[in-house]
Amino acid sequence: MKTEKHFITADEKTETPVIIIDHLYKKFGKNVVLKDFSLTVKKEENVVVLGKSGSGKSVLIKCIIGLLKPDSGRIEVFGKNTPELDHDELDKIRAKIGFLFQGNALYDSMTVRENLEFPLRRHWIDFSQKEVDALVIEALENVNLAHTVDMMPEELSGGMLKRVALARTMILKPDVILYDEPTTGLDPVTAREIDSLILKLQKKYHTSSIIITHDMNCVKNTADRVALLLDGKCYAQGKYEEFEQSADKNIKQFFE
Amino acid sequence: MAIITSIKVFFGETGNIARFTGRFFSTGLKPRFEIRELLSQCYIIGYKSLPLIALTGFIMGLVLTMQLRPSLVDYGVESQLPVMVGIAIVREIGPVITALIFAGKIASSIGAELGSMKVTEQIDAMEVSGTNPFKYLVATRVLATTLMLPVLTVMGDAISLFGAYLGVNIKSVTSFKLFFTQVFHSLSFGDVSPAFLKTFFFGFAVGVIGCYKGYNSSKGTRGVGSSANSAVVLSSVLIFIIDLLAVQLTDLLGLN
Ligand SMILES: Nc1ncnc2c1ncn2[C@@H]1O[C@H](COP(=O)(O)OP(=O)(O)O)[C@@H](O)[C@H]1O
Ligand SMILES: [Mg+2]
Repeated sequence: MKTEKHFITADEKTETPVIIIDHLYKKFGKNVVLKDFSLTVKKEENVVVLGKSGSGKSVLIKCIIGLLKPDSGRIEVFGKNTPELDHDELDKIRAKIGFLFQGNALYDSMTVRENLEFPLRRHWIDFSQKEVDALVIEALENVNLAHTVDMMPEELSGGMLKRVALARTMILKPDVILYDEPTTGLDPVTAREIDSLILKLQKKYHTSSIIITHDMNCVKNTADRVALLLDGKCYAQGKYEEFEQSADKNIKQFFE
Repeated sequence: MAIITSIKVFFGETGNIARFTGRFFSTGLKPRFEIRELLSQCYIIGYKSLPLIALTGFIMGLVLTMQLRPSLVDYGVESQLPVMVGIAIVREIGPVITALIFAGKIASSIGAELGSMKVTEQIDAMEVSGTNPFKYLVATRVLATTLMLPVLTVMGDAISLFGAYLGVNIKSVTSFKLFFTQVFHSLSFGDVSPAFLKTFFFGFAVGVIGCYKGYNSSKGTRGVGSSANSAVVLSSVLIFIIDLLAVQLTDLLGLN
């Protein structure tokens, strides 16, 4: 048992974690969003961060990828403290992290192909056109959307957009993926498809991930471990079943 | 109190725009350049504005001529009509009207485009994909407006003068050759060069303000709408201010 209401994780592995978030603080003006948040993610582990809307889930993963700078605390990804990195080092780390935006963030003036090619534009990556084409097709085949390669995002449905966004996130075969509410706003059937895609891709590429959500079905399907973000802290963490059986009212409200 | 707040807002905004402009010169103009995006923006911003500029320029030249004629007839100097409209169009009306139409079309579209990219996290997505969005989106658009407005102005002036030629011919007959010989004889280097130079600044203002407003758009559809709107208003006002400064400067330099 760790501090506060932490559950014991059944099989705590001893290898060094891929992500270590340590005593993280972030505020916007007077609005303190994260205060003393800590969490670790191990290799090939899916950690779901559960939290109410506005609790700071997106802020948390934006700090990890360096879109926001934390006020204090450490975020170690592959052993490097990301908030301290200069731009080039940060970009090298970012190439190993996939980020799936809540609203997909597909470039709406570009075709699906151009969207997928965008992360390959990095100046220190030197793919031939043939390799680029192969990567694009492989990424789209992973999400069963190879036929959309020359379409514009506006021609695709919500579920297809999410899958294209997932393909773009995966194109550089990142070691870590950060999912910002991957199933929010989708119908239940499509949402379960996304769940199984997440699992399939994790098995195929051996990624570790942080999945942010308040969709309990998504938690149940994807989580190796669940962490509850409440009042800026990691209020509790453990297995899904432990959460399900918990008598804590802050946890129970997610199951209602 | 309200006045003090608005003064504060005014200076705050001015400072932010100055910083944004500084960023254009410090990071936007450094390699690696986004040549493809620059060319595509030149096409969108320049070529696609041409019909509108041509139409308004033509009408303006025609109407201006028809309006000026009665006064010149009163003074008995109707033969000076081509000289009068020529100077008016080339020195002042052509550049300013073209710039205002350009601001209405381009500042709003850049403001809305970047604004919606901002609120749908497309700008964040570029950042994590290893492309500097300031270079890719802002620098290219500012350069394109700065380079394209002078070209559009020259074309607009030419079409305006053609409109004026038709205007002259409504009530009297002048040959095409005589009209343009008269116009060009009356224009000196001191007339043309300041008028041409200031259009670069007009174009720069339209680009910077459009990008600034879009890049700092607030969340929601209203945020995007108001960025587009205020981009037009502010860049139009700036065009007049730059025009005022330009006339003072040419006066001081004795170019009149
Ligand atoms: N860039 C920002 N500037 C100011 N406040 C922000 C910013 N981003 C997020 N916030 C605030 O942080 C809090 C948490 O936001 P967020 O992480 O988006 O919530 P969620 O858990 O729903 O993803 C909210 O109160 C939000 O207003
Ligand atoms: Mg969020």
